[in-house]
Amino acid sequence: MTPAPKMDKIPILPRRSKLNILSILAVVAGLYIAAAYLTNAAPDRIINGLPQIVNFVFGNLIPPNWGYYDTVASSLLETWNIALLATTLSVIFCLPIAFLSASNVNPSSFLYNTVRFTMNVLRTIPDLVLAVIFVGLVGLGAMAGVYALFFFSVGILAKLISETIESIDPDPLEAIRSTGGNTFQVIWYGVMPQVLPHYISYSLYVLEINVRASVVLGFVGAGGVGLILNQQLNFFNYGNVSLIIIMTFVVVTLIDMVSIRLRERIV
Amino acid sequence: MREIEITKPKKPPMYWVKLGGIVAFIIIAYSIAFTNLDLESSFRWEQASNMLQRLVLGPFTDAAAIERIPELFMMMMETVAIAYAGVLAGSILAIPFAFFASRNIAKRGSIGGKGVLNGIRSFPELLFAIIFVSAVGIGPLAGVLAITINSVGMLGKLYSEVIESIDQKPLEALRASGAGKIQVIWYGVLPQVLPEFMSYALYRYEIDLRSATVLGMVGAGGLGAPLIIASRSREWEQVGMMLLIIIVVVTLVDILSRNIRKRIV
Amino acid sequence: MIEFKDVSLTYPNGHQGLKNVNLKIEQGEMIVVVGLSGAGKSTLIRSINQLVKPTSGELMVDGKNSLAFNERDLRKMRTNIGMIFQSYNLVRRMSVLRNVLSGALGRTSTVRSLLGLFKHEDKQLALRSLDRVGIAEKAYSRADQLSGGQQQRVSIARALTQKTKVFLADEPVASLDPPTSHIVMKDLRRINREDNITMIVNLHFIDMAMEYADRIIGMRNGEVVFDGPASEVTEKTFEDIYGRPIKEDDKISEQDEDNAETETASHKEGDSV
Repeated sequence: MTPAPKMDKIPILPRRSKLNILSILAVVAGLYIAAAYLTNAAPDRIINGLPQIVNFVFGNLIPPNWGYYDTVASSLLETWNIALLATTLSVIFCLPIAFLSASNVNPSSFLYNTVRFTMNVLRTIPDLVLAVIFVGLVGLGAMAGVYALFFFSVGILAKLISETIESIDPDPLEAIRSTGGNTFQVIWYGVMPQVLPHYISYSLYVLEINVRASVVLGFVGAGGVGLILNQQLNFFNYGNVSLIIIMTFVVVTLIDMVSIRLRERIV
Repeated sequence: MREIEITKPKKPPMYWVKLGGIVAFIIIAYSIAFTNLDLESSFRWEQASNMLQRLVLGPFTDAAAIERIPELFMMMMETVAIAYAGVLAGSILAIPFAFFASRNIAKRGSIGGKGVLNGIRSFPELLFAIIFVSAVGIGPLAGVLAITINSVGMLGKLYSEVIESIDQKPLEALRASGAGKIQVIWYGVLPQVLPEFMSYALYRYEIDLRSATVLGMVGAGGLGAPLIIASRSREWEQVGMMLLIIIVVVTLVDILSRNIRKRIV
Repeated sequence: MIEFKDVSLTYPNGHQGLKNVNLKIEQGEMIVVVGLSGAGKSTLIRSINQLVKPTSGELMVDGKNSLAFNERDLRKMRTNIGMIFQSYNLVRRMSVLRNVLSGALGRTSTVRSLLGLFKHEDKQLALRSLDRVGIAEKAYSRADQLSGGQQQRVSIARALTQKTKVFLADEPVASLDPPTSHIVMKDLRRINREDNITMIVNLHFIDMAMEYADRIIGMRNGEVVFDGPASEVTEKTFEDIYGRPIKEDDKISEQDEDNAETETASHKEGDSV
């Protein structure tokens, strides 16, 4: 047997990985210092901010003004309607886009890459920015919200579904092609049966996202509960603000819960 | 030739009740949506095409917009910084939450831990931002706080799923050698989960960069505020320029983050 | 010295893992526990360091009844018992050296272990232990880059670093091929001879048990049905323990032990065995 290796210092990590870890940590910490400087959000300010938040919540938000509920309810209904219509539109329009951006169905690589690129760009635009643009295009009101959320969610949905399409079992498609089926028949009899449960599930998921997103659309004039929230904030009517927040939270949570239940049963 | 007859198997009666319920719900929901919603639009072709032209071409032709590039870029950097400071704080704070929410570490206590995380998660991020802006004043700090608390909710859940799926056997070995609870976590759990934690934190950064842009619109710092101002005064060249900056920066960060994530796991 | 006094163990689901076990194990013995799966071999071994806790009786470790220990005493006792598992139980993403050093956690304070400040002598011991099982040069590899046999030797090194007087080995070779199994068993027997460490090993291959054990304990349905020196054991004894004739499966196929090199060679860089 070889004699035990003699070393004065035994590093637990080899030097190279120690250096790697240290440099990564340095980069992370350096970026944090830069970020804290840029945002004035050094840890001490965060800690000092906490009591302010507690004071605000207990001093201003509580108690909520319960009498305001009917206005909030009708605004929330509008929010839900916007989300529902936008989701419906994107559920319909995402399908052709998804098939175009699935490499195993779309034979044209040019079309595939163009659609993918457009969708990637579309997904980088935040929902509220889309709302700003559509308020400019179609004027204040719910319609701008529906358009904004439609464009916002069609990108997400198309991506999710095209990924599902790309991961399906290719054998049935081959079988249908071998019987002489054209592309649409391949899609209808080979792809759709495999994708359908995911399609429904993702649609519900996008509905959840849209409900959350539609809460804030009103801030830029695109309808829904955000509109009255913005108003009441500007009037410092914190009793009303607090009721809006509570009711929105309850409704969003309820819709989430129902939708998650349904999704669990589908897939 | 003889006709072949087959009878379809009967569906259970509950199937029809459920189907009927779903169909009725859909019909009611849509009829309310279409009657209740004011779907008026003041869309006019010439106005819209003019606006889109200014929005899309403006950033490349309008001198005022081009002049603002450095300023707007710094605003975007502020947004990037808000998201970074928020996610870093959130990704670290989420770790203890995640351990409390993991069935295999906190045992029965995990139900409470999970409840806290679910509560945070179901609260829309922008509502946090609004509360924080009202509490600590307009500025990036409110944005950082909002993103921190939201990331804790989301990352805490993802982390706890990672912790619940780890290989229990090394932990048994460590316990058998007399290691204490903290030592078991440090030498048995963390080495197994850290790469996933980092990957999820990066993924969360991609999401939070998008929301940080939006948070600015309620006064939580970054590019959001000038965006709102420009759109109110219908300076579409400026809006277009900001949009361009957002798209470029977000895309670059996405690509960078995806490459790092691929290398981690 | 370990002594079982009328030890029984009933699992929460009502299954009886151990039935009135009486055993006396002296320091430095090489014991192999045999029996069919489900016979209670694993329960017997795990009750010694209380990974499972017996429900009645007394289990004396160095003269004290370990079943009455509180959390603190239990941890202290565990630091004195090394354990080797069927599936190695390494942290796959950690380096071999860190895995081995984790054997020293029991005598390292929590603060020092969080900072990774192991004592120099512990690190030295870790490397020496790796060297004793012939894989010192793998110290900085990640555990999951090693072959199964190498991983099991890492876990032996971990137990060695624990500086204990007793090794428990729960089916240490069940996931290994025959030549590698012999290497691991030889390592265990060498450690038993050189360091006078008590070895309690679960095996289900009867020929291996006869080859490496000094004393064999046979179990069936949670009871000790045989206890005696390996020299007195024949195939007949095993048939009594198993309660059925011996089958080919009960033996590890007789292979030339030189073949062991092929296993390590297939995992590139030759391996100083």
